[in-house]
Amino acid sequence: MATTTGNPETSEAGTEEGVRRRDFIEIAAVSAAGIGGLAMVYPLVSQMSPSADVLAASTTELDISELQVGQAVKASFRKQPVFVRRLTQGEIDEANAVATDSLRDPESLEDRTQPGHEDVLVVMGVCTHLGCVPLGAATGENKGEYNGYFCPCHGSHYDTAARIRKGPAPTNLVVPDYTFTSDTTIVIG
Amino acid sequence: MSFPWAKEYTPQNGFTKFLDERLPLPRLVYNAVGAGYPVPRNLSYFWNFGVLAGFCLVLQIVTGVVLAMHYAADAGVAFASVEHIMRDVNWGWLMRYAHANGASFFFLVIYIHIFRGFFYASYKPPREMIWLIGVVIFLLMMATAFMGYVLPWGQMSFWGAQVITGLFEAIPLVGESIKVWLLGGYAPDNAALNRFFSLHYLLPFVIAGCVILHIWALHIPGSSNPTGVEVKQESDTLPFHPYYTAKDGFGLGVFLLIYFAFVFFLPNVLGHPDNYIEANPLSTPAHIVPEWYFYPFYAILRAFTFDFILPAKLWGVLAMFAAILVWFFLPWLDKGPVRSGHYRPLFRKFFWFGLIPCMAVLFVCGGAPAEEPYVMISQIATAYYFLHFLVILPIVSSIERPDPLPYSITEAVLGSDKKAVLGENAEPAGA
Amino acid sequence: MIRLVGMLIGLGFTFVVLLAFGVGAYTAATEEVEPQAGYAFHAEPHAPEGGFASDGPFGRWDQAQLQRGYQVYKEACAACHSLGYVAFRNLADLGYSDAQIKAEAESYQIPHYDPSTGEVTRSAGLPTDNFPPVAYAGLGSPPDLSLITKARGDGTNYVYSLLTGYEDMATYANEDGELLTEEFPEFQVGEGLHFNPYFEGLAIAMPAPLQDGQVTYAVDENGVAPEATVDQMSQDVAAFLTWTAEPKMMERKRTGWWILAFTLFATILAWFAKKSVWSAVKPKREDD
Repeated sequence: MATTTGNPETSEAGTEEGVRRRDFIEIAAVSAAGIGGLAMVYPLVSQMSPSADVLAASTTELDISELQVGQAVKASFRKQPVFVRRLTQGEIDEANAVATDSLRDPESLEDRTQPGHEDVLVVMGVCTHLGCVPLGAATGENKGEYNGYFCPCHGSHYDTAARIRKGPAPTNLVVPDYTFTSDTTIVIG
Repeated sequence: MSFPWAKEYTPQNGFTKFLDERLPLPRLVYNAVGAGYPVPRNLSYFWNFGVLAGFCLVLQIVTGVVLAMHYAADAGVAFASVEHIMRDVNWGWLMRYAHANGASFFFLVIYIHIFRGFFYASYKPPREMIWLIGVVIFLLMMATAFMGYVLPWGQMSFWGAQVITGLFEAIPLVGESIKVWLLGGYAPDNAALNRFFSLHYLLPFVIAGCVILHIWALHIPGSSNPTGVEVKQESDTLPFHPYYTAKDGFGLGVFLLIYFAFVFFLPNVLGHPDNYIEANPLSTPAHIVPEWYFYPFYAILRAFTFDFILPAKLWGVLAMFAAILVWFFLPWLDKGPVRSGHYRPLFRKFFWFGLIPCMAVLFVCGGAPAEEPYVMISQIATAYYFLHFLVILPIVSSIERPDPLPYSITEAVLGSDKKAVLGENAEPAGA
Repeated sequence: MIRLVGMLIGLGFTFVVLLAFGVGAYTAATEEVEPQAGYAFHAEPHAPEGGFASDGPFGRWDQAQLQRGYQVYKEACAACHSLGYVAFRNLADLGYSDAQIKAEAESYQIPHYDPSTGEVTRSAGLPTDNFPPVAYAGLGSPPDLSLITKARGDGTNYVYSLLTGYEDMATYANEDGELLTEEFPEFQVGEGLHFNPYFEGLAIAMPAPLQDGQVTYAVDENGVAPEATVDQMSQDVAAFLTWTAEPKMMERKRTGWWILAFTLFATILAWFAKKSVWSAVKPKREDD
């Protein structure tokens, strides 16, 4: 709409050799056309953001009563993998043994878990380098040099608290917002 | 290609000068729809519909590209994906209603544009090529609209596809194979839906290409005008900008008012309720009709109910295609020396009291169920349709005595033209 | 040459179509067309007294009515008719809270295909789920109702008229006051079908689904519960099904007014701009 009525008017009105005065009404009309055209752009842009069904499906409820110590499950949260692991005492000790200050992204295991549930580590299974899915959640997968997760794309090693220790990834695996609605149920998102 | 008094584009600053020497796009626009295009000064509002049609094409392409971002061309989910657009996608309902009603308004605009051409005989030399490309655009539009209507995969979509591809069965010997080839199956299904989607996305860009040719061809002789008298001098014309940009802007506003009233308050009146039922190959709707803009041709198709040498179905198909193809030959069927219907008393009578009622009847009968009296009425109208273009028009145009023409557009507008030479007033157009 | 060929073709088509006309006219004149009860006694949908709140360009949802309609749907329709394009989360439009919606969803069992066992299991619904399909074993094929008011001409009134239109065939008279049993004494409703003049063919497989007092309406904010008459329940469910068919209807109408107002304003400006541009060159036209 703006292109068919607005643009020629604005770009050409100056070439009228000063014979015709550009009076108020014409400027107003062209401006109205321009505003109308811009208003039409809004829904065209807005339609690309997540639709109502996608937004409604943006939380995931997970039952972890079956999750054994030392095991991890892969779940799906907002169409992305999320790793839930019940840490062994050995893994917890290993994570706490590292001085937090020495890390690339300094966070303690305590920071990354919820009080009362320090043995349940919930992280996004999305490497912070370029978004690959790290290995280590399923049994038998390569857990990397620090016994946590290992991203095979560019060799990022994460430790038992899923903190970046070696490789190109800039930050630790992201801990999503989640809450325990009961001892065995978590709601992510 | 233009008149000698057409204003020349002069770059205003360093940048436009730089551009003009390397890619003279601003010059092209200036000469096409700017002050560099002299247009007859007496164009009526009927001359707005070309620009409106262009607007509709852009509107359809923009909303269509958006809808394609959310639509899924699969017989299993197509219907649900349209409902997803209507319910969940941000502004999806607006996009879809704008697109569906946009198609109807595109055809409305095009029909007025075409009938403007009929009345003012815009197809006459030297504008035959504009007319021919125009008919090609109309055919492409029909194909695009038909395939687009199949995409929501409702009952009318499915049975429309079934009926229209079934027309090809009327062709002797190879008809059946052609239908199966068109559908990629024995009935409309995934294969058909996917190819229709692909072509529905492609054809609008072919149309856009043809529109460029249409406008290019228009700029060779320049626009016709309500008197049909060719431009003779500078006083006959006005620069397109600002005069016709202003007029087209106002026309666009009026068009949008009506269009928006439909999109926001009557979005489904031009459609058919059955298309809100998902396609069901095992059950046919009580009465199948195409979209309203196909009614006249659908009426012609159904008017042939009697096997005369050839089967009735083949007659119907031939007549339906002939009804549009005949438009291609108009420049050679109408041999009258004068263009405009304003100066052709007999031609004008047949237009207003023959062609227009005939088309109105065909519109009504095409949407009515195939029963009496509609079939008989549409048969009379169909007979008149062919007589009008193929018999009446050639005869009338050769025997008619046109009214005296104004000497020039200037005279028609101002009432007098200083350059008018007495006795030359009856000079035929284009001479 | 073109004109000669054209004339022949034109006359050819004209001849064939007029031949078809002649044959058709002869048939029409000689063969009596049997009048059909389905046409002569078909009734057009009509609006209830006062119409619907959602009608017209200024229409609004009546949330209380939609909630009542949902109740009628659940208690009277849902056993046979699915609502497949509506999700439980959409019920928020009707004024239900998140907790109510969650409880509503959980009251439904949603089938899931489990690829690891190849079996379909059922589990309690989530707000993100759509209403589940309904298996119906019986005569007829009850349509999904999500879009029913858009899939029938004058759909909202049609649903209302149909539900209130179960009449006694013996005393049914059309608008002209003709009795069906007098005009078409041999007309019969098919086996297992029910007379309803609003349905195509006057006979519908669905038995009258509503009886007076079938549902118990909750008291509204005025402390009174509407009486659950067939008419009231039909209106309520028709209103509800208008919402299911187009939940964005009010958004559409509201946006429409803004857009129309702006377009009108811009068009008036464009008219004055056009006049101002043309004022210098536009003389009085003396012809036409």
